Amino acid sequence: AAAMTMNADLRKERAAATFQPLLLTHILDGGPERTRRRKEIEALVLNDPDFQHEDLNFLSRSQRYEQAIRKSSLMVMKLREYGIADPEEIFWFKSFVHRGRPEPLDLHLGMFLPTLLTQATPEQQDRFFMPAWNLEIIGTYAQTEMGHGTHLRGLETTATYDPATQEFILNSPTVTSIKWWPGGLGKTSNHAIVLAQLYTQGQCKGLHAFIVPIRQLGTHEPLPGITVGDIGPKFGYDEMDNGYLKMDNFRIPRENMLMKYAQVEPDGTYVKPLSDKLTYGTMVFIRSIIVGESARSLSRACTIAIRYSAVRHQSELKPGEPEPQILDYQTQQYKLFPLLATAYAFHFVGAYIKHTYHRISGDINEGDLSELPELHALTAGLKAFTSWTVNAGIEECRMACGGHGYSRCSGIPDIYVTFTPSCTYEGENTVMMLQTARFLVKSYTQVNSGQQVTGTVSYLNDLSRQRIQPQHVAARTVTVRINDPVSLVEAYKARAAWLVEAAAKNLQAELNHRKSKEDAWNRTSVDLVRASEAHCHYVVVKLFAAKLPEVSNAAVRAVLTDLCLLYALFGISKNTGDFLQAGILTSAQITQVNQHVKELLAVIRPNAVALVDSFDFHDVHLGSVLGRYDGNVYENMFEWAKKSPLNKTEVHESFHKHLKPMQAKL
Amino acid sequence: SVNPDLASERQTTSFCVEKLTALLDGGAEQTRIRRAVVEAIQSDPVFSTENQYFQTQNERYEAAVRKAVHLQKKMHEMGWTENGPEYKYIYRALSGDVAFLLHRVFMRSISVLGSDKQIAKWIPLATQLRLIGSYAQTELGHGTYLQGLETTAVFDIATQEFILNTPKISAMKWWPGDMGRSATHTVVFAQLYIHGKCYGIHPFIVQIRSLQDHSLCPGITAGDIGPKMNFEAIDNGYLMLKNVRIPRENMLSKFCEVRPDGTYVRQGSQQINYFTMTTVRISLISDEVLTPLMKACTIAIRYSVVRRQSKLKPGEQEAKILDYQTQQEKLLPQLAAAYAFHFINHYLQELFDRGYREIQRKNFDMLPELHALSSGFKAVITHHCTAAVEICLRACGGHGYSLLSGLPSLYTKIIASCIYEGENTILLLQTARFLIKCFMAASAGHPVPPSVTYLAAVKPGKCPAKNKSDFLNPDIYTEAYQHVAVRLISSTAAKLQDLIQSGAKKYDAWNQCTVQLAQAAKAHCHYITVKNFAETVEKLETKAGIQRIMKHLCDLFALHGIFSNTGAFLHDGYISAAQTDMVTASYLDLLAVIRKDAVPLVDAFDFTDKSLNSALGSYDGQVYQRLYEWAQKSPTNKMSPAYERYLKPLLHNTLSKL
Repeated sequence: AAAMTMNADLRKERAAATFQPLLLTHILDGGPERTRRRKEIEALVLNDPDFQHEDLNFLSRSQRYEQAIRKSSLMVMKLREYGIADPEEIFWFKSFVHRGRPEPLDLHLGMFLPTLLTQATPEQQDRFFMPAWNLEIIGTYAQTEMGHGTHLRGLETTATYDPATQEFILNSPTVTSIKWWPGGLGKTSNHAIVLAQLYTQGQCKGLHAFIVPIRQLGTHEPLPGITVGDIGPKFGYDEMDNGYLKMDNFRIPRENMLMKYAQVEPDGTYVKPLSDKLTYGTMVFIRSIIVGESARSLSRACTIAIRYSAVRHQSELKPGEPEPQILDYQTQQYKLFPLLATAYAFHFVGAYIKHTYHRISGDINEGDLSELPELHALTAGLKAFTSWTVNAGIEECRMACGGHGYSRCSGIPDIYVTFTPSCTYEGENTVMMLQTARFLVKSYTQVNSGQQVTGTVSYLNDLSRQRIQPQHVAARTVTVRINDPVSLVEAYKARAAWLVEAAAKNLQAELNHRKSKEDAWNRTSVDLVRASEAHCHYVVVKLFAAKLPEVSNAAVRAVLTDLCLLYALFGISKNTGDFLQAGILTSAQITQVNQHVKELLAVIRPNAVALVDSFDFHDVHLGSVLGRYDGNVYENMFEWAKKSPLNKTEVHESFHKHLKPMQAKL
Repeated sequence: SVNPDLASERQTTSFCVEKLTALLDGGAEQTRIRRAVVEAIQSDPVFSTENQYFQTQNERYEAAVRKAVHLQKKMHEMGWTENGPEYKYIYRALSGDVAFLLHRVFMRSISVLGSDKQIAKWIPLATQLRLIGSYAQTELGHGTYLQGLETTAVFDIATQEFILNTPKISAMKWWPGDMGRSATHTVVFAQLYIHGKCYGIHPFIVQIRSLQDHSLCPGITAGDIGPKMNFEAIDNGYLMLKNVRIPRENMLSKFCEVRPDGTYVRQGSQQINYFTMTTVRISLISDEVLTPLMKACTIAIRYSVVRRQSKLKPGEQEAKILDYQTQQEKLLPQLAAAYAFHFINHYLQELFDRGYREIQRKNFDMLPELHALSSGFKAVITHHCTAAVEICLRACGGHGYSLLSGLPSLYTKIIASCIYEGENTILLLQTARFLIKCFMAASAGHPVPPSVTYLAAVKPGKCPAKNKSDFLNPDIYTEAYQHVAVRLISSTAAKLQDLIQSGAKKYDAWNQCTVQLAQAAKAHCHYITVKNFAETVEKLETKAGIQRIMKHLCDLFALHGIFSNTGAFLHDGYISAAQTDMVTASYLDLLAVIRKDAVPLVDAFDFTDKSLNSALGSYDGQVYQRLYEWAQKSPTNKMSPAYERYLKPLLHNTLSKL
């Protein structure tokens, strides 16, 4: 389509905003300089003809894989050409090139190389790192098996040491032990870091990592003893060749075990690693990335749904007047604005965890591991809490776009299918919540035995103080001012404390009834997950509220305060049962909360488009006809549809093959 | 052979699975007929869905057309007819991917909205597939709000024709199935103009493609709207009309007619134009909503007894994931919902059959109630079942994400049901409008339709439950649901009144209450569903353990609803904080009870492996072998050109400079 002017509705919306979106963008990026640099890198990619291609929606999976490989190889080359080396800048470059989608070299760049750096000996680094850096070796990280995911100890692949030849013999002894899912394994990689149960001198020494060549350098054919391939079509991840790997008596030299920590000596003697706590650090890092990714994915979906809702007119609000923008309907605002507030909340949470990770990594290098357990528990829970919320939120955004949201041209289906596996990978969410719960229960037990706890769980210290007073429900009541974020943090705190205590007491009651600890834990797990969710919810509200005083511009602070209040109050209105049952709020207060939520919707309405503009997604990155910055939706839907593969010829070949012969016979 | 982990689940069944299947089918004879249809279809290689997950949009479309054509032949061979008992099972047996579904809607709309003469002309042609029909209502700019449609049909007295036009881009017809590539005719909904006066939306039969060579007719622009989340096999289309002339006789005229001199005559209620849609809303529930949920439950529950992960007790084998309370809490409420909605669907079907007969007799009394029920239940059931399928998908972890699990396609298909045939929020508000009206009428002592008489008998009071087992009494929980529905409807009505009395315009007041109104409509439907489930259980035969297990499911459905929405029940103190704990305790106990029968309860849905088309959910539970075998068939495992073109130069370092 020819250049078009901006849709009048969107122009009006932008003019009516009470704050400058750019100032908010700076906050989200971490300063004006970061924004400038991000846009500079964005321009490098967008202006590069090498990175342009047909709309991926019209390509088959094989074609999409091919495009991704093409772009990935160019990307690696150009990153080095431009001298971009800062991890965050690499991340930006990569996500502009691949438009937020995964790509076949993800595991090579994100897991294979870093694992070599952290777990290989200097000798191994000499052998593998430079070839891998130069992409003569492309590697992946093969951990998950068909039969086991999050529960790592259950993995079945074996690596048996043979001192006679000084080799490890790798085997996939059962169907369930076949490596399954690793990205880039199916077609792209010629090496893999394989996690296997190490057997030496007749004993199992647990999981260890091995560098395994899987394809012949030169021909790329699988090596003898290796069966490797693509696991077939998935919900999303079309660009990624998630693969399977089966090994039959495949031998690798002893020196291919990653031996910076644990070692097997030539005679088969096993040398234990010093500490296993260090692996915590990587997990915290990856989970913190998922929290940030949750915020970004929801921001994209909100951008599309809110812009489209400002462009789409439907039905009538006032008799005789023109059809209103659907964003003027209370029900539409109620669907979208709490999600918008959530996107902001999670953004600040992601930034906080990233920051904390870097701070604590410093401590770890100094040998101080004291904060690690709490951070580990917190990120596990927040990874689950944010990814669950966003998973549902993206779908709500799509549904809020009605029928057109269902078309691939809306871009939301793609955001959803790309995001939804994060509820499973890097730790299945329910399992994550239960890990957090284990920490909460432990902290509760400590408090009960008279110790003080610190950090995000310090609210548990108050429980023992309350218990001195008679057990009236009213004893728990905090005076909640529903217009004050700080006061709402207290309400969430009280709810978390109440649910942690309830879960811990139920667990104790089960323990008193039954023999096994595991059984009691299992019979309390629904309560425990609820407690973890409440804890995470509290942390999110707290971090959002804490952000507000840091914002210097009054107009921006005002609009963020509205969003923070909406986030907190909406969360209460969705969980009224907890607040009522715990006696934190009265029915009358709940009615006020519900009313205030609706008032806030109207307050935020004039800033809605500016608030999504502040996320500053380029149209190419957004990949949505409905969410275009200029709002020219319908014209471009038609242009897009004309390119559909079914429209290649005016009369489809099926007519000649099937319809015509049938009609001739009738 | 059957995986021993699955086989053992079937040995302790507390009820007769075959009897339950017969109950779901509506009798053993129905089960027999259904199985015969499924067998006939699924043993025919033309109907195979084996490679479905590997095909492109074009390939799936072609397969769907091939199957639709072959189906005509098959029906003739088997002696099945449109009115025969086999007909309703054909679609289920095909498991999707068949073209010309909108052809059925095309025929139905002619039967309902056409005059006798029009029916006599078009139905025989359509029945023999001499033409292929579609149903063009939705436009690029308008969906559920029909009055906003912009396509025009102007009557030209001189030639006795209607002239149809798409005056602007947003008026383009968009989404109708079968229209992108297949249809030769379609029913177009357009604003009727006579002598410059607009008479509103009316249906017109328009030919869009040549019956000879399938090329587009003059003045027609049509094509496929491009890829969607699912329905790859269906050519959802766009249609632009430019001065397309059709004879006066092509306006469907059972209820409205344009005479040769341009006189507009209305006979009967205008509302009838929407009755087609109302019946479609109910008829889609079984095939498009319940079937996918039942399939998803079957897959997820069978997989959850085959998958073992982590240990419950030290030293023991890894536990089946269905033995984890959190997994039960995800899946078993969805299973209960599948049964609850099956029974409410049965209730609605009967009501609508009765309503249809009345309307044929031109008695429109039941219309408002039918309309409200169909809107509300369509919204509540599609929303609930969609969420349920998604829960099943995610409960299968990583493998659920593979298309080979069958779950992604079940999900992407069922989610469309939340939007088509009326966007859910709007439908809930229509039901709410009816409820508010009935509440006002009931308060004023006027008679109200049967489904809402409870609004007249508002009793104050508190939930009488004293311990957790009291919550297994259907009277206790049904009343709690009734109480919440009445409270939400009456408080919203009061709020509306307040706003209006304090000077708000009616429409403003309405918009300000819409969030509450939608909640009230949901509460009403939830209450009716619980009540109907409890009443159905009451009437079941006590033999063969059926009634007992259905009672458990009914309890679970009801208590899960309270457990996950405690605030609504606590709000005015109808249920106390202590009673809420009793509900939770009872609810969690039930999970463990139903766990034992989970596999037989999904076996009773009686889906063949071919219907499920899932590597995770087959009857024999050979999950991992199947996953491995199927993956090897993926076209991505043929040598990809990407290696020669990009990988090789990369690995050989000829991309230079690296």
